[in-house]
Amino acid sequence: MAERGIRTRALRAAFPLTVPIALGFLFLGCSYGMLMGAKGFSFIWPMCMSALIFAGSMEFVTVNLLLSAFNPVTAFLLALMVNARHLFYGLSMLGRFKGLGWKRAYLIFGMCDETFAINSTARIPDGVDRGWFYLWVTLLNQLYWVVGATVGGLIGGNLPFDTDGLEFVLTALFLVIFLDQWVGESAGWRGHASALIGVLASAACLAVFGPDDFMIPSLIALIILFVALRPWLDELAPDRKSADVRHGDGRCDDADHADDVSDAKEETR
Amino acid sequence: MTMTVIQGVLTVAAVAIGTMLTRFLPFLVFPESKRPPRIVEYFGRVLPYAMTGLLVVYALRDTPITTGSHGAPELIACLVIVALHLWRRSMLLSIAGGTIVYMLLIQLVF
Repeated sequence: MAERGIRTRALRAAFPLTVPIALGFLFLGCSYGMLMGAKGFSFIWPMCMSALIFAGSMEFVTVNLLLSAFNPVTAFLLALMVNARHLFYGLSMLGRFKGLGWKRAYLIFGMCDETFAINSTARIPDGVDRGWFYLWVTLLNQLYWVVGATVGGLIGGNLPFDTDGLEFVLTALFLVIFLDQWVGESAGWRGHASALIGVLASAACLAVFGPDDFMIPSLIALIILFVALRPWLDELAPDRKSADVRHGDGRCDDADHADDVSDAKEETR
Repeated sequence: MTMTVIQGVLTVAAVAIGTMLTRFLPFLVFPESKRPPRIVEYFGRVLPYAMTGLLVVYALRDTPITTGSHGAPELIACLVIVALHLWRRSMLLSIAGGTIVYMLLIQLVF
């Protein structure tokens, strides 16, 4: 009974945040399913692919892969490169997904851009279970996407109204999350600096490498910049910085120290 | 479809495994029982901000700046979102407002 209450409360907190994603995913998933239908695939294909791959841009790419010569190694490598940004999501969520038991594996499996954007920034209200909140966000988002793709695969043809531009809903979502992070109390000047680095580095790489090839250079540029700027941007326990430099490898080997740091993280969330 | 069903299933499996590797790798390299190096925690603090910024750029990557509408609908819609959001701080209002403005602009104006 108590468990049920926890689940419901978490669902009530999570659902409103996923409504914009429902709009975007039902639409984009539907257009993806319709694309596959138009290319001659049964709705089973978009349904299974949206459930198993669950990475929007890569699913669109996979449609082309399925229509060209059989080459699973290329498909595998392409998936690694297109989705390399997920590595960064994982690094960001290491702490937050700690101690969540069986939910953790699914949370990692289902961590698409939109789910990451919400789970990494949401201020979870007091009394709401963290694990269930993350789980609902992830599950609802995947549900929207799979339903959209399946329905699109079943329709295959045309929608009765002009939906040109509806895909902008996901751009709007990312921009609003960006703004929320920017004005949030926990951002501080370091958060603002990190956000600006993200925008400027990727915009510069976009200008140089073009829209199809800028992701990997952007990720590399971010690593280099953040390593170079670490003396200014690393805010974790600044009074202990000298101690860490002494250890050389940047590792904390003191258990109490470790707890202090995670407490500090908890507060700023 | 030029492939056999088996080849298609294998292709989808290869893509799924590649995608999952990018999601699970950080958690496999730094398991819960081990404390990650300090620099990884530092990345965990700064990357959420930077990645949201990157996702905004990523979502706008196909905006035609030098041709066609020169990205005017995107720019106007983004400004509407910023204004709405600073005004009311309502996620749904900002997203719906910006998207409707964008749809109207590209369907009726540009």
